[in-house]
Formats: sequence, structure tokens, C-alpha cells
Amino acid sequence: MAAAALRRDFTPVILTAALVLLLAGSAVVPAYLRFLFELALANGLAVMGLMLLMRAGLVSFGQGLYYCLGGYTAGIAGSFLGISDVFALLALGAAVAAVVGLLCGLLIARYREIFFAMLTLAFTMVLYGLLINNERLGSTDGFNVPAPHFLGWAPEGERLGLTLFVVTCVLVYVVALGLHRYLGSAMGYLGEAIRENELRVEYLGASVRRLLLVKYVLAAVLAGLGGVLTGLAVGHVDPDLANWTTSGEFLFMALLGGIENVAAPLLGALVLELVRSYALEYAPYLWQMTLGATMLVIILFLPGGLWSLARMRKGADLTPEL
Amino acid sequence: MSAKVPVRAERRENPAARKVLGTVAGALAASLLAVCLPGRSWAQENQGSIKISFVSFLSGPASGPFGVPARNGAEVIVKALNQGALAAPYKTKGIAGRKIQWKFFDEAGGPQQQVAQYRQLVEREHSDVIIGYISSGDCKALAPVAEELKTLTVYFDCGSPTIFEDVDVNPHYVFRTGPHAMMDEAALARYTVGVDPNVKTLAGIDQNYDWGQESWKLFLAAMEQLKPGIQVTASQFPKLLSGQYGADISTLLTGRPDAIYTSFWGGDLEAFILQGNARNLFNGRRLLLSAGEPAMYRLATQIPDGTVICARGPHGVFAPDSKLNRQFRKVYHSAYGSWPTYPSYKIAQAILGVKTAYENAAKAKAGAAPNTEEVIRALANSKWVGPSGPVELALANGHQAIQANAIGQFKYDRAKGRPEIVDIKRYAARCVNPPPGVKSIDWVHSGFKGAQCD
Repeated sequence: MAAAALRRDFTPVILTAALVLLLAGSAVVPAYLRFLFELALANGLAVMGLMLLMRAGLVSFGQGLYYCLGGYTAGIAGSFLGISDVFALLALGAAVAAVVGLLCGLLIARYREIFFAMLTLAFTMVLYGLLINNERLGSTDGFNVPAPHFLGWAPEGERLGLTLFVVTCVLVYVVALGLHRYLGSAMGYLGEAIRENELRVEYLGASVRRLLLVKYVLAAVLAGLGGVLTGLAVGHVDPDLANWTTSGEFLFMALLGGIENVAAPLLGALVLELVRSYALEYAPYLWQMTLGATMLVIILFLPGGLWSLARMRKGADLTPEL
Repeated sequence: MSAKVPVRAERRENPAARKVLGTVAGALAASLLAVCLPGRSWAQENQGSIKISFVSFLSGPASGPFGVPARNGAEVIVKALNQGALAAPYKTKGIAGRKIQWKFFDEAGGPQQQVAQYRQLVEREHSDVIIGYISSGDCKALAPVAEELKTLTVYFDCGSPTIFEDVDVNPHYVFRTGPHAMMDEAALARYTVGVDPNVKTLAGIDQNYDWGQESWKLFLAAMEQLKPGIQVTASQFPKLLSGQYGADISTLLTGRPDAIYTSFWGGDLEAFILQGNARNLFNGRRLLLSAGEPAMYRLATQIPDGTVICARGPHGVFAPDSKLNRQFRKVYHSAYGSWPTYPSYKIAQAILGVKTAYENAAKAKAGAAPNTEEVIRALANSKWVGPSGPVELALANGHQAIQANAIGQFKYDRAKGRPEIVDIKRYAARCVNPPPGVKSIDWVHSGFKGAQCD
């Protein structure tokens, strides 16, 4: 059965096909669309982290904390420290997110349900409050992030956008493959086990606290990477990245796409960006309502997210499988 | 858990895999289809027209006091221009003989969303000109994008002086046709010292975000120059949109300042005035409202008489009488049932500046349609007259406007049941704006070096 399951694991194929499609498509689609995909992929990283926690039964309202830390790390390193190599910035953003994630996680990973949600929310709002009081960092207006370099190469304009897109695609691809393997490992499955019954997991000999801490730090690193990429793509960071609305949007993306597969959060992030983009154009006075209606439809008819359509067949129920 | 795992394993073996692929293909097909959808059709569709995309807040707290009056102001001007019905010197139809196609977009959502939307305005909508942006954060984030995408972009309102002083120091495609916050604060400080020469103590209450912090910094610096030794009894920074100022009012009362400065706007301003009135905060004290004009009709019976009102330029009630101004007010009032406030005036002057530049550029080509570079050349360093008087692009290589300013005191006319502004003082543009090449805050600290006041 294990062999059969392995044979039927199409996720790497799908991810590779998506990567090839995206890279090939970037040559033909207009730049604004490439930019939307880039934002969606960067946000998708943060949502993949959220998915890790949600599979373990934890709902975080604080992914924005690490997303913002990533963005501000890229901005501060670029504007004030003169570090503008993409790979250095990514490493730095991930490291800062990991350290802060570890410190917060030591406390947060002890809590569950609403207490977990409120603590994550509290930490992200602390960062938000600190940033809006900091005039040197532009207060609520934030500040611009200088254009990045790529191992000493400094492209400009269109070429810069394209290079950054390729870096984003490849990074998200590698992360998604790694995360997929993690989800298929014993540690990955223990996430769902924790959600079902923590006590049994402890009796199996695994440490729930340590497992959750690892997942929390992983989620933080993913959001940090997403924040770095967003800051570089947009060229600007502001405290709203840490506001609870940003974390809420990540939850929206997770619900929209689903959490059953590593590609589902990416799908959710992409669909949200596209829906928003067209809602802004066609209904400039009602675009928020359009997003709300989308959310409502998903919750009512596809509670497992868009990815659950993959299981749709006659008589199948579409409730979350996990 | 043990009950669940087999179920899942069974499902995995079902013909799901192919369906997953199908779903992904379907989603990709759907998104490609969405991409191919035609855009929302432009108003006044016809060949050879000029496409202007407008952006201001259509939702959120800044929409009521700023975004919607701006939208309405733009509608009044564009419709009149397309009919050729606007007063002189703008009698010619449209812009350089071409009709204006226009669309409005929402500024809500923060810089990230605005950068994405801006790229669409350029690449999907093929806008010739983009006029908009109230939030300084959006203006800062968009300036490099506009320079990259080579599209004429006119900021009509955002107030932070840093946009051309620090962020986009060598602008080419970006213009700002509204003066920045330095002008408001310099004029307000001069007015305050003029009417209250004995002012010794001052308190400030501003929202804790960039606009509030920067406004207070500039105003205080200007006051310290004009009235050396002035004491600050309190500088409060309550949260944006908090609406509850009990503790702040107590602090302000304790210090017993001669004057209270605030850059509040919208619901916060309303709440502060109502709560301050209830506790006699403004009795025997001068209240200074640096962005108070949009609220003066709505709060007519609440604002204390003698309150100093600033309209971020000679807009609204401060606008000098002219045929253009009378027409603007009349058409606006009959269409929307309220009087145009400063955002309406500021967007009107942005449109008329672009029209003037297009027509001058076309004239130089003997009537042929100018390209963006030619329009930019005509717009830089240009002068024109809007419904609130002359505007001049004099700073930042001719990309940043300066304008005369006017400040006055609020007075509620009980007999007529409407508010009016009395004791209006006017300040020449070069009296309250820094000279070219000098940063605002350095200019204040230098004692307004180079200011040309009457």
C-alpha cells in the first residue's frame, strides 16, 4: 500500500508543471499579471506556514508578525545597512523570523484554541504598535526598499522584475517540495495526530510541545521569506504588514485554497489576488463585498477550500478531510 | 486518529490524482480566461481620446472627508470639460480637442495593493495619465513604480514633504499639483502669532500616524522660530480612529495652554470637538485646526467661534472669487447637495494643470497629439489658474506645486444658520513655501531663510 501511495503522489509533478508553466508564462503575460502572481506566491509562503499550524489544529492570527519582520528586515538591511543581495536578504529575513519565532513560540506553543489565536494576535499587534511609533522607519507610511542585487548583478526595470519573479518561483517551488516531504513524514503526520488527540501522541512517545514549537518556527520562517519577497517586489514596506488584517487575509487564503495539499495555499493566494484585482476594476465601490461574498460561498459550499474540488465525485462530501 | 487514517488512505487510492491534475488545469484555465476578459468599459469611449485614471479613497474612514469630495470634484470638472462648458480659460472641449475618458478607482488597501493596482492602470487600462492618491504612504511607494513604468502621474493631495525631498529626489514622471504640508504649517504658525501675539504656551493633539506626527513636528518647529521660547504643555498622540479622548483632554486641561493645535480630521475631529466642548476645553483658548475645512459644515454648530481653520491652500471658502470658482461651486452643489471642500478643489486644479500642459504641448506641435515626454516638458515649471487661484510648479525641478495660502477664523452665523470664515489673511506662495532645493525642516530651522512675505 505504501508503494501504491507513493506511485499516486502527484504533488511533485503538479508543482513542477506549475513551475514550468509560470516560468514559460512569464515571458508572454503582461508585467502587471506577473506582478500579481509574484505577490500571490510570496503571500502563499506565509499561507503555507499557516497551513502547517492549521493541520495541527491551531489557528494563528499572527502570521503577519513574521511577514512584517521579513519585509522590514529586507528594508532596513537595504536602506540602512547597504545589504541588497537577494539571497543575503532572504537568509537574513528567515533568520530574524526564526529567532523571534523561537522566542515567541516557547510561550505560544503551550496554548491551544482561542488562547493560541489571541496570543499570536497580541504579538503581531505589539510589532504593529512599535512600528507606528517609530518616525525613523516612516511611522505608518513605512519606507521604500531599494532595488535588490543578484550575486553582484544589478538589473533594472523590466529585467529586475523578471529576475525577481524567477527567484520567487524557484524559491517557492523548492520550499513547497520540501514542505510536501515534511508533511508526508512521521513528523508531518503527527501534526494531524496532535489535532485529533494530544494525549495519545504523548503516549506514542512524541513530545507535543517540541513538535508544535518546530511547526511554529517553520511557519514563522516561511512567513519571513514571504515578507522579504513582498518587500522587494512592492519596493515598500509599512506597518500594515503586521496589522491583524494582513494575518486575517492569510487565513482567508488558507480557507479559500484549503489545507489538504501543499499546493492548496498557493492556489488560495493566487485566486484571492485575481478576484481582488478584477473586483477592484469592475466594482471599485463594492470590491470588499465581492471578497466577502467569495468567502461566504467557499464556507457554505466548499468548506474544505478549492482544493477539495479535486475529490469531487458523485456523492462525495466536500467537508474537510483532515 | 486511528479511525481516520485508513479512511484517508482509501481515499488516496481513489481516482483522485487525475482529478487533482484536472482541478489545477481548470484553475489555470479559469485564471487565463479571467486575464482575457475585457476591461470595464471606459466612460466616453471613442478613438483618440485621453484616458485618465483617478484614484482616491472610495471606502474606509478617509473616503467621507477626502476621497468622495475628490471624486465628485473630478466628475464636475471632467463632465464640464467634455461638454466644453467650463468657464474661461478652459472653454475648449476636453483636453487639446480630445475627449476625456475617465474611470475612478479605490485607494483603500495600503501600498501593497496600490502598487498592484497601479501596474494594472498602466498596463491593463493603458491610462495616459493617472491622477490621485491621498495617503502619503501610497505616494511614497508609487513614486519609484511610476518612474519605472514611465507614466505621467499627478499626485493631487498627499501632503508629506518627504516625497520629493527624500524618496523621489529627481522626479521625471511624477508631479504633485497640491502644495505639501510645510505650507499649511508655516501659514498656520504665522497666522497664530499674528492674531495672538502673546501666545506663550501651546499643546498639540495629533493622531499617532505619519500625517499627525509630521504635521505637529513642522508646526512646532515653525512656532519655535516665530515665537522663541514658546512652551509645549502637552503633545498627545492618541491612536488613529480611536474616537475616545477623555484622558487626552484631561492632560490638555491640566497644562492650561493658550492654544491647542490639532491635525485631526474626519470622525476623530468630530469626536474630539464634541468631547472637548463637553469639558470646556476650548473656553478662553485658541483652537487651531490644520485640516479643519472639510469638517466645518458638518460641525458648524460645534466648532467654537474663533477657531483657526486651514484648508491646506486657498480652497473652499478661501478660494478667491472668479467665474471658474463660482461655476465650480454651483455645479458641485446642485449635483451633490453639499459645498466642495479642499479635496474637490485640489483634484480640480490637478486636472486643469494637466489640461493646460497637454494644450501647450499640442500648440508647440501645431496641434498634433503630444506624447508623454512632451506633456511632461510642458507641465514642469508651469503655471495655471485653478478654481482656487494660481498654481505654480516651482519646487523639485518644477514638479512640486506652491500656492498662496489663506487662513481664517470660524464663526457661526446664528441668524443665517450657516458657518462663515472671518479675518482671512492671505500669504504669498513664496512666503510660506521653502525655496527650491531646500528641505522643509531645514528651511524652518534656518528661520525661513529666503521667505518673501509682504
